[in-house]
Amino acid sequence: MNSKQKKNLTRILVAAALVILLRFLPVSGWLRFILYIAVYLIIGYDILVKAFKGIKNRQPLDECLLMTIATLGAIGLAVYKKNGDYNEAIAVMLFYQIGEWFQSYAVGKSRRNISDLMDIAPDYANVEGENGQLEKVDPDDVEPGTIIVVQPGERIPIDGIVTEGSSSLDTAALTGESVPRDVKAGQEVMSGCINLSGVLRIETTKEFGESTASRVLELIEDASSRKSRSENFISKFARVYTPVVVGSAAALAVLPPLALMLIRREPLWGEWIYRALTFLVISCPCALVVSIPLSFFAGIGCASRNGVLVKGSNFLEILSQTKTVVFDKTGTLTKGVFEVAAVHPDRLDEEELLHMAAHVERYSTHPIAVSLREAYPNEADDCIVETVEEIAGLGVVAKVNGRMIAVGNGKLMDRVGAKWHNCHLGGTILHVAIDGEYEGHIVISDVIKQNSKEAVTELKKNGVSDIVMLTGDTKETAEAVASELGIGSVYSNLLPADKVRKVEELINGKKSENDKVAFVGDGINDAPVLSRADIGIAMGAMGSDAAIEAADIVLMDDDPLKISTAVRISRKCLRIVHENIWFAIGVKILCLVLGALGIANMWAAIFADVGVMVIAVLNAIRCMFLKKN
Amino acid sequence: MKKTYKIDVDCANCANKMEEAANKTAGVKSATVSFMTLKMKVEFEEGADVDSVMQEVRKNCKKVEDDCEIFL
Repeated sequence: MNSKQKKNLTRILVAAALVILLRFLPVSGWLRFILYIAVYLIIGYDILVKAFKGIKNRQPLDECLLMTIATLGAIGLAVYKKNGDYNEAIAVMLFYQIGEWFQSYAVGKSRRNISDLMDIAPDYANVEGENGQLEKVDPDDVEPGTIIVVQPGERIPIDGIVTEGSSSLDTAALTGESVPRDVKAGQEVMSGCINLSGVLRIETTKEFGESTASRVLELIEDASSRKSRSENFISKFARVYTPVVVGSAAALAVLPPLALMLIRREPLWGEWIYRALTFLVISCPCALVVSIPLSFFAGIGCASRNGVLVKGSNFLEILSQTKTVVFDKTGTLTKGVFEVAAVHPDRLDEEELLHMAAHVERYSTHPIAVSLREAYPNEADDCIVETVEEIAGLGVVAKVNGRMIAVGNGKLMDRVGAKWHNCHLGGTILHVAIDGEYEGHIVISDVIKQNSKEAVTELKKNGVSDIVMLTGDTKETAEAVASELGIGSVYSNLLPADKVRKVEELINGKKSENDKVAFVGDGINDAPVLSRADIGIAMGAMGSDAAIEAADIVLMDDDPLKISTAVRISRKCLRIVHENIWFAIGVKILCLVLGALGIANMWAAIFADVGVMVIAVLNAIRCMFLKKN
Repeated sequence: MKKTYKIDVDCANCANKMEEAANKTAGVKSATVSFMTLKMKVEFEEGADVDSVMQEVRKNCKKVEDDCEIFL
């Protein structure tokens, strides 16, 4: 609680105690009036002051002014009717203040909760002084290339490369991953991780402001200024709501009595003015206005705790309406790393075929060559490899132990005169011929990520009806991956420009305006597609500036399962937002109707108004939590 | 040009009023106020004098909501 909140709480308690005390004091007449006015001033003086300033600044619809008119009006009526019931005015002020206090407390608390959560950028860095002592400096002053020291328990302030020491890192704040990651000298580390065990010396590679932690923080802080449609709707509604209520209050005070006079009945001025004052009590749209941004803020906070960066409230809203998720294959559903999946020799044994092929690829840095050498780790043996010739677009030919070996695609086989046949498996097929004789082939394919299948299933379970896969790979490869993951629609052989066109087709072909299309890519070469889709999700994007720039939602790690987590968070958040909108507007309208009919008095009105706000705020805070499934 | 300012305000509706007031100020192209992060993001018109525009924004905000502050 800050000092303002403490002061207001004291005022609320004192006023409440005095109201109860006054009930049992046998005072009447002027003394009673003065005592009650004193309590009224204790609880409401700041509102009276603000109301006065509102008049001075010509803000007739200032809520303090309206509250003042309502309560002073109620006191005036009590004097006029000579019933001495001043409690009502005091109660209105009291409840109003309780509502304001609660709102300020709850908002402050969730603000702190979420900023603690995002407290990932330390405000110092340890630099070694001349005599080996550590010196704490402002991380902004650390130049790239400086050696910083991170002790156990400290957060890494700046991105860099470990030069000395080994340790395990808690990356939870960035990726939501709870298993610590081991690092040793030579590895890259990200700022924002907590060093758990050993002392690390890190050579910084970036400036503080450009480091991961600072950038992430900046993104989240910016997120709430990109407002969602719901927020814009509410602020528009708030702008109209107050004038409409005040206008109808004025009409209610004047028209019915005049009508009654016309039909020669008693006008009952007091009664109608009282009903009009009841309107003013509920003229503040605060319950609505506070709960909506609070929900989004809490939702974005919850997402970032789970390793999902949402760049704006609007994106959370769009994500919740997503019916179609389009995946890029390589690097998203698959690891983007090639591995030997199968070896199909015609005559030799598997080992020997791999052996020969690996030798031919000895000097190549192509990812396929690397995967071959990895599959045959003893490649550096005493076989003689000579006259290696790479033939662009076909493969490699080399002499191994005096025999001419060709490794490559079907065209290369035709060229060396080997009779080859295709494979039933999807993936990249490497044919091998020795001295012009076909010896079989090796299947190399991209490895599917561990969680990809579950990610697809989870998305379907969470209301995403269409899952589409796009890839630049061949049809066979694409279909093999898709059928393993349970994805129905696949488009293969696509160039980057084709992917944009395909996503456009999907956007144009959807059934209703409110069904959104999300695209998930690795963010490296997908930038145009990421920005074309209704919502672009980049994954594994830590450190890739282009991806963070182009995407609307950034997954901190490589796990495709996080997409369904994000969808779940967004759905829950939007459900709560809608609950609050309908609930708050509903209760307000109900109060207005009952007030106009004279069923609800001022007590009921203020009680309902404050009650709605408390419930709406508590409901909004639920966005911060996500059930584990 | 865009700039971000820290603000202080108590109620969400007041934050909306500030946003409206800031947007109406001459020299401001667009302004957004985030009640949750207590920040005001202002995009200025081409060639506007940032300091004097912000003084004006502050004055206008004070008019609609007396109990607010923009830290310039």
